[in-house]
Amino acid sequence: MCPTGAIIRTEFDTVVIQSDVCNGCRDCIGACPFGVIDINPASGTAQKCTLCYDRLQVGLEPACAKACPTASIQFGPVADLRKRADARVSQLQNAGETRAQLYGADDKMLGGLNSFFLLVDRPEVYGLPPDPRLPTRNLKSSSWLSVIGAVVVSVAGLISFRTRGSRA
Amino acid sequence: MSAPSSTLFTAPPEWHWLIIFYFFLGGIAGGAYFLGALMDLFGGPLQRPLARLAYLVAFPLTVVCGLLLIADLRRPLRFWHMMLQSETLRPMLKVWSPMSLGSWALLLFGFFAFLAFLGALAEDERWRWRGLARLRPPGLLGLVVAVLGGVLGFFVAGYTGVLLTVTNRPIWGDTTLLGLVFLISGASTAAALLALLGQRRAASSVHALERFDSIMLVLELVALIALVVSLGGVARLWLSVWGALLVLGVVVLGILIPLGLYRRSLRFGDASGVAAAALVLAGGFLLRVVIILSSEGA
Ligand code: SF4
Ligand code: SF4
Repeated sequence: MCPTGAIIRTEFDTVVIQSDVCNGCRDCIGACPFGVIDINPASGTAQKCTLCYDRLQVGLEPACAKACPTASIQFGPVADLRKRADARVSQLQNAGETRAQLYGADDKMLGGLNSFFLLVDRPEVYGLPPDPRLPTRNLKSSSWLSVIGAVVVSVAGLISFRTRGSRA
Repeated sequence: MSAPSSTLFTAPPEWHWLIIFYFFLGGIAGGAYFLGALMDLFGGPLQRPLARLAYLVAFPLTVVCGLLLIADLRRPLRFWHMMLQSETLRPMLKVWSPMSLGSWALLLFGFFAFLAFLGALAEDERWRWRGLARLRPPGLLGLVVAVLGGVLGFFVAGYTGVLLTVTNRPIWGDTTLLGLVFLISGASTAAALLALLGQRRAASSVHALERFDSIMLVLELVALIALVVSLGGVARLWLSVWGALLVLGVVVLGILIPLGLYRRSLRFGDASGVAAAALVLAGGFLLRVVIILSSEGA
């Protein structure tokens, strides 16, 4: 959605907002299905987690994954992570935690995310949208409805202004 | 228990009063222009002074709109990043982003509105450069300006609603009808403003506007009902002060009462048309207030 092209996908397939390009229109904030973008009041530009782009560039893992004392945040190639998560889910399921599920791990969600969660309750309990979708899903039908509206308004104008306007 | 709408898990862009005024005035600017064009194309000579009025209104409002939008940016001086890529200075356009396309449309619309404004000014006897009057129909150049500008006027009046639906915010992203609603409301508020400003012009031409606006108000009512239905469970957000404002302010005060007043004005030729037009403008403004703030606060 970003009208300035400030939001880019990096060589690591992560999403980064370039603060020197962003003009603070805030279109992206309402567009993000997960509500993760915010305005940085100091710079007046949109901001979100960069997945430590600077650290990734020098071959380090993101600081959060490095620091997390319970290793709850895992970083690595997505395929590996999926395998590990699947194993963990079956382990939990066998241990009787039947609600254990992965959120965003398969391609069904928005064509596949590069980040996913292991949950033991419904997504909304975690503040996650149960059914996140692309904002562009509405673009076509919204536009067509407006075009139909424009035609109807024009016809109404033709009727009102022609038949009545020509008479004195 | 059914899952809540996913739009409730997103963050508000904090579009507030500047944007509300922009949506309102942009609807009038676009609406006034395409009404001017429709009157020029289909109306008789009696309609011409009102069409002229429409062009005189559209351009200044468009300038105000541009300023409102720039002022709303958190980095206003970077407004041109919408048009040019800041590093390469190549044109920046994403056709699938209503904000990107809309910025271009507004700029282009401003250009046509300026031409038509000049053409309208030039119709004044005291104006010196009469050649500019060719920027208005019936000449070929005037027709091109009227038609292209009119199409852009429709775009400017409607894209703001489409933009809201192409987000993931509650209410906005839960319907596809906002573009249509804003378009009709833009036509309606523009007709009301022209009827107000044109009171001293030929009565029959003002009555044509009142008739037109009556059609718009009925359409708007139908579209609003469809909008509420399309929201499904999310419409519950309007079981609040916003819903009350929508029913009382937008529907009763801004649609139903003006419909009655227009009828009176058309039948008896009294001044109730003035009150109707003023109420339509107020209702159109409240519509934007409700649509924007009810989602922002959710
Ligand atoms: S606020 Fe978001 S959409 Fe707007 S320019 Fe900045 S990054 Fe792009
Ligand atoms: S979650 Fe998706 S839409 Fe939201 S900021 Fe990240 S990449 Fe963009």
